[in-house]
Amino acid sequence: MNVTLLPKDENEIAAAVANAAAQRLPLAIMGGGTRAGLGRPVAAKATLSTRALTGITLYEPAELVLSARAGTPLEEIETLLAAKSQRLAFEPMDHRPLLGEGGEPTIGGVVAANVSGPRRIQAGAARDSLIGIRAVTGEGEIVKSGGRVMKNVTGYDLVKFLAGSYGTLAVLTEVSFKLIPSPETETTLVLTGLDDVAAVAALSAALGSPFSVTGAAHRPAFGREPARSFIRLDGFATSVADRAKRLATDLTDYGKAEQLAGRASVSLWQTIRDVALLGTAPKVPIWRISTRPSLAPALVETVRRAFEARVLYDWGGGLVWIAGGEGRDAGAAIIRGALGGNGHATLIRASEEVRSAVEIFQPLAPPLLELTRKLKRIFDPAGILNPGRVYAGL
Amino acid sequence: MPPVRAEILARRDEIVAGLAAIVGEEHVIVTEDERRAYEADALSAYRAVPLAVVLPGTTEEVAAVVRYLSEGGVKIIARGAGTSLSGGALPSPDAVVVGLARMNRILSVDYENRIARVEAGVTNINITNTVAHRGFFYAPDPSSQLACTIAGNIAMNSGGAHCLKYGVTTNNVLGIRMVTIDGTIVDIGGDHLDAASYDLLGLIVGSEGQFGIVTEATVRILRAAEGARPMLMGFDSAEAAGACVAAIIASGIIPVAIEYMDRPAIKVCEAFAHAGYPLDVEALLIIEVEGSEAEIEDLIGRITSIASGFAPSTTRVSKSEAESAAIWKGRKSAFGAMGRISDYMCMDGVIPTSRLPDVLKRVGEICASYGLAVANIFHAGDGNLHPLILFNANDPKELAKAEEAGADVLKLCVEVGGCLTGEHGVGIEKRDLMGFQFSAVDLGLQMRIKSVFDPQWLLNPAKVFPLDGRPPLADAA
Ligand SMILES: Cc1cc2nc3c(=O)[nH]c(=O)nc-3n(C[C@H](O)[C@H](O)[C@H](O)COP(=O)(O)OP(=O)(O)OC[C@H]3O[C@@H](n4cnc5c(N)ncnc54)[C@H](O)[C@@H]3O)c2cc1C
Repeated sequence: MNVTLLPKDENEIAAAVANAAAQRLPLAIMGGGTRAGLGRPVAAKATLSTRALTGITLYEPAELVLSARAGTPLEEIETLLAAKSQRLAFEPMDHRPLLGEGGEPTIGGVVAANVSGPRRIQAGAARDSLIGIRAVTGEGEIVKSGGRVMKNVTGYDLVKFLAGSYGTLAVLTEVSFKLIPSPETETTLVLTGLDDVAAVAALSAALGSPFSVTGAAHRPAFGREPARSFIRLDGFATSVADRAKRLATDLTDYGKAEQLAGRASVSLWQTIRDVALLGTAPKVPIWRISTRPSLAPALVETVRRAFEARVLYDWGGGLVWIAGGEGRDAGAAIIRGALGGNGHATLIRASEEVRSAVEIFQPLAPPLLELTRKLKRIFDPAGILNPGRVYAGL
Repeated sequence: MPPVRAEILARRDEIVAGLAAIVGEEHVIVTEDERRAYEADALSAYRAVPLAVVLPGTTEEVAAVVRYLSEGGVKIIARGAGTSLSGGALPSPDAVVVGLARMNRILSVDYENRIARVEAGVTNINITNTVAHRGFFYAPDPSSQLACTIAGNIAMNSGGAHCLKYGVTTNNVLGIRMVTIDGTIVDIGGDHLDAASYDLLGLIVGSEGQFGIVTEATVRILRAAEGARPMLMGFDSAEAAGACVAAIIASGIIPVAIEYMDRPAIKVCEAFAHAGYPLDVEALLIIEVEGSEAEIEDLIGRITSIASGFAPSTTRVSKSEAESAAIWKGRKSAFGAMGRISDYMCMDGVIPTSRLPDVLKRVGEICASYGLAVANIFHAGDGNLHPLILFNANDPKELAKAEEAGADVLKLCVEVGGCLTGEHGVGIEKRDLMGFQFSAVDLGLQMRIKSVFDPQWLLNPAKVFPLDGRPPLADAA
């Protein structure tokens, strides 16, 4: 029988984890469960959810800082911030449309998976906005790193190390972020009909311009849909209008840019953020690849020679989403082979059978795997926190 | 400091010969006179002449040196330019300094992908200088950027005046090549964004030379805005200046920099840089905005209008490149200018920005209670204070008093919800204050992480953690 523990405060979490460690009882660590299908399947009879550990503990708009307990719904935070015209800088993606899970994304889950969106290219990932954490280690110890101030180099940066560790090192209990003001307005330049190489070149030119681009994506042609490349600008209205005009002029080599303004731009970037623009059928495997932008088109071409794939480029080409991938490894060998050492490929969606058989996360070089193994042992000596979720045996 | 290992001192000649066999005699510094150049960093109150200094020229040489030294149980202090203000690069008599000075090349620049690959001994400014002709820059800009190295920046996770908008070192480094304590060369990160899973790079940045020796780095370079312009605003009180900063940020504007100087600091910096700072104010803000000409004017208009609610006694917008350069010269040479009139200890605590006026007042009171003067120059936008506590270094009693006052100031920062250090690192200076910010459990976890990277605690071991309560060391292999 699978039991779910719902501790209500940090001490209860610490007690639950210490207890599990004493019994060597593996725990699946979960927030809202909207990303439960991400990573390798975890063999655990009990689940520890942070869902009951909720509440925004600090919000100082004039200091651009917010702290919240890990189980706080992301939506609650975004709503509160929006009321003061502020936001999380990293534009976290919602995985529900892709993974098909229900539930409510929690802020702890966002951090545990270092979830970002299109604005990452300019404003950094979740790990870059994160300024403090509290957490419970696999021994049930309560620890902290960072705090609620903008700059902090006191002691090692466990803030960064725990972001993206998928609940395998510690259970996050509280997280603090620096925030950014919401832009007054935004607009998107749209270029039509570019092949992937030209599109990435156009996006690079835009990102290398002085106009402060906050989004740069490309969706190649499919079916009767022509290829479209998207470049977002935001800020004060007068400035956005001026920059859009001048950037469009600079990009005339790539065709005439049309503009999507205001709400149309906002909803477009939501579909890019949540990868809806990929337009894939439910069961097709989905890969997320981070690489050097100029390498991305050739990578995609190699993959396409091997199997049919739908593709979406974000981050100026540095992030490639691929829907497709045949066989028992969902195309892992082909994709990682084409990538070589130039980044990493993560299998975001696949059947449980495939996910048990394939390395979901990019395999680490042997010395780094060894280092990671030792670090896991420091945080979680009994190996009870989400065992195997990221790498087998870890 | 931990006890000096006599058995290491006794093996000095043999160790020097071993190093010379790896890098060549000419790259090992042996004579006491020459070694003395490495006895301290910019926290010059602490000194110790190292056993030897070695200057490898390649990553492979660093690896061979580290392997050789760690097999022999010799402590290793990595060193960039020695500008650390926390004693991070302070050696000990039984330690070998591994200097990155010869590894200072820019290896490649890739404008299309907006990255540069450099050897870690390159100076911070050199990256920006190399890419400036194409309108690019490397964002983190410590005031010491003419001298300090990327290696030191990575070890300390250094920041700078423009970090309010562009982030600090950890937000701008994509990958490193590092030599681990057993001499293995590892690549962490690369030229793509974000880690596949565990963010080892994020853990290593800011680890103060205790995890390995960084020999190369891939950093992001950014296209600079079309223009930038600083403005000066003088206020009659710290309260008014502090409230003005909060109001600007709450209005949705993030200037690229908001720097703060108090009256004593203004006086000294003006005498040095002739920047036209107003001398009759209690607090001066240097606020810089950037963008196109139209955008700059718009932002300056908005800021001026917000600030008028706080009755600035002077408001002056820079009218020329030369004037802007002078304004920044005054700020960036502030520490040096101060050093010409007095010895000082530079604090680096961070506080919630809403506490600025109150904390500045208490900092003044703390220093006065020790009979010492203080000048404040700092990054106001992010609450990173730099009280400069003035004292006479030739008077050991004054040094002790300055240290006590500094400790009180940092404890105050922690007490109001901040931290001991925002960018200079813990080093030797704040090592014994760590217990005020962290519990024994917190420190225990961090020290176990140190032991993973460096089981015998040979890499910069005297720093960061109080000497009491350290874990027992693994046996030498
Ligand atoms: C006048 C002045 C102004 C300053 N202004 C600022 C500022 O605005 N912002 C700021 O953040 N700092 C500032 N500093 C502090 C200092 O410049 C930074 O900490 C800088 O990053 C140190 O770089 P460095 O090359 O001098 O390193 P060093 O002082 O040589 O070493 C610093 C630390 O890095 C470690 N280290 C060096 N090389 C390596 C390596 N290859 N691998 C691993 N570890 C290594 C050392 O062991 C040491 O712990 C200032 C200092 C001065 C003197």
